[in-house]
Amino acid sequence: MDILRHESIPVHTSDDVSRARQAVRAWATKIGFSLVDQTKIVTAASELARNIIIYAREGQMHLEEIQNGNTRGLRLTFEDHGPGIPDLELALKDGYTTGNGLGLGLSGARRLSNEFRISSQVGVGTQITITRWKGQP
Amino acid sequence: MDRIPILKMGKFLLVTIQVDLNDSLAVALQDDLTKNIVQFGARGVLIDISSLDLVDSFIGRTLSDIAAMSRILDAETVVVGMQPAVAITLVELGLSLGGVRTALNVEKGMALLRASIETEPGEDDGYSAA
Repeated sequence: MDILRHESIPVHTSDDVSRARQAVRAWATKIGFSLVDQTKIVTAASELARNIIIYAREGQMHLEEIQNGNTRGLRLTFEDHGPGIPDLELALKDGYTTGNGLGLGLSGARRLSNEFRISSQVGVGTQITITRWKGQP
Repeated sequence: MDRIPILKMGKFLLVTIQVDLNDSLAVALQDDLTKNIVQFGARGVLIDISSLDLVDSFIGRTLSDIAAMSRILDAETVVVGMQPAVAITLVELGLSLGGVRTALNVEKGMALLRASIETEPGEDDGYSAA
């Protein structure tokens, strides 16, 4: 698998969340995702970027345009040095939230992506990677 | 600070969301709507989201909260103009938007509101259809 290009965006404020959405939209458009698939990955990115500012206060989003054989994809990594998630299984349940939200951010982002990987350590931080491949529903 | 403008159309209020909703805009919008509903005795709120190419759980939560708050103040809320890609994504996200009614466009939204509100005898909704 090749990484064709990459970029990192700081996520500290809600303006950064907007900027992150726009960047993901631009990259998804350039890769040639359908409108629905673009909307899915931008929405997933919005959830995860917002989670960073809610729980960790600051973090980063990394964008990577990737290629596997003939298939192009967009891989996004959200990382922070926030409090970490003590119970991942609980956190991934629909409706579970330790904030004021709807508890759909993590589980929703997973449903909206083709691949989802999460690792977290209490007191250290959290890293979430989502991938969407062009042409995959 | 920018605020989302609220238009009065007879007994209804029309809000068009065209920008990224952040926390302060969402709170300001709910505050302004509350004041306007009470001040004008508005019976319905139309939220036009036809410009939004994305509705995430934060925006969904804001819409649900507005609908709940309006209902307490005896006004119905209808969300109009949801883009198809947004609707598809919302279902997959798992966002049910409970308590929020939807319509295809502003005209249909107004018709829905007019049909659902009960006006006192002698009262009209203040808006004559073109």
